[in-house]
Amino acid sequence: MKNVREWRIGFKNGIPIALGYFAVSFTFGILAKQAGLNPFEAVFMSATNLTSAGQFAGLTLIATAATIAEIAATQLIINSRYFLMSFALSQRIDPETSFFHRLVMSFGITDEVFGVSVARQGRLSPYYVYGVMSAAIPGWSLGTLFGVISGNILPPRMISALSIALFGMLLAVIIPAAKESKIILGLIILSMVTSFILASIPMLASISSGLKIIILTFVIAGVAAFVFPVKENTYE
Amino acid sequence: MSNAIFVSVVMAAVTYLIRVLPLTLIRKEIKNVYIRSFLYYVPYVTLAVMIFPAILDATASSWSALVGFIVAIIFAYRGASLVSVALLACLSVFCVELFLY
Repeated sequence: MKNVREWRIGFKNGIPIALGYFAVSFTFGILAKQAGLNPFEAVFMSATNLTSAGQFAGLTLIATAATIAEIAATQLIINSRYFLMSFALSQRIDPETSFFHRLVMSFGITDEVFGVSVARQGRLSPYYVYGVMSAAIPGWSLGTLFGVISGNILPPRMISALSIALFGMLLAVIIPAAKESKIILGLIILSMVTSFILASIPMLASISSGLKIIILTFVIAGVAAFVFPVKENTYE
Repeated sequence: MSNAIFVSVVMAAVTYLIRVLPLTLIRKEIKNVYIRSFLYYVPYVTLAVMIFPAILDATASSWSALVGFIVAIIFAYRGASLVSVALLACLSVFCVELFLY
């Protein structure tokens, strides 16, 4: 029964993710159609990949008839941040969590699913992650389907408003911790400022956002861990 | 198999490997204080870098996005739930854009 409860809480927190995903993947569907994909191909890509930046890049790869090596390298750069997220989650779940649960949970690691999962207090239950995935994956796939078949079912005003849902949710994940800890507050401000500076310098603006995320994470979290080691058992 | 399906399969395989390797290979609790601290800070840094300045390009206007950003911070700070913060941010963007256009 505890598992069902975890699933339910996860599903509830997955609803804003599903709304936000719907808006983003609706846009993806429209672009996929323009790139010449049929509805099946577009939904297939969304349901198997579950990653926004990677899929937008994928459309370019299809258009340019890229080689396997190019496809793999692009995804590796854009999505390498999932490696760090998966690493962080490996320390949040019970060490006894079965191999099977680990295989299934891994499929759902996106920026947002990761966000609401690390925000969960105590040991992370796979069923909580499944609950989030149960909302997020249909949201992502259905949005793609509607985008590719209709193109203009949703008024642009609504798409625009829904597009901020994911960011709002991610803020709700990090801000409460900033209230508790001045170190985290400082890190969040520092991260946003450096990210903004990197995006503003024309020479550096061409760095893929995936690469930027992983470089800044390594540098900022790496230095912070050295200067402010966390002594107590923060995961319990 | 169409080219689009082929590209999707390769992309999905690479992306899944990135996601699955740490979670399946690292099966023990890491005791090292430095690595533990690093992993503790990772979510805050990664998510903060992802949010800003990307949030400003998310909506139809940077102004509506900026208002949504501030509204989300205020409600998140006051302890509102994930769902409420997300929906209030959407609502504020919607209202600002009604006013702008």
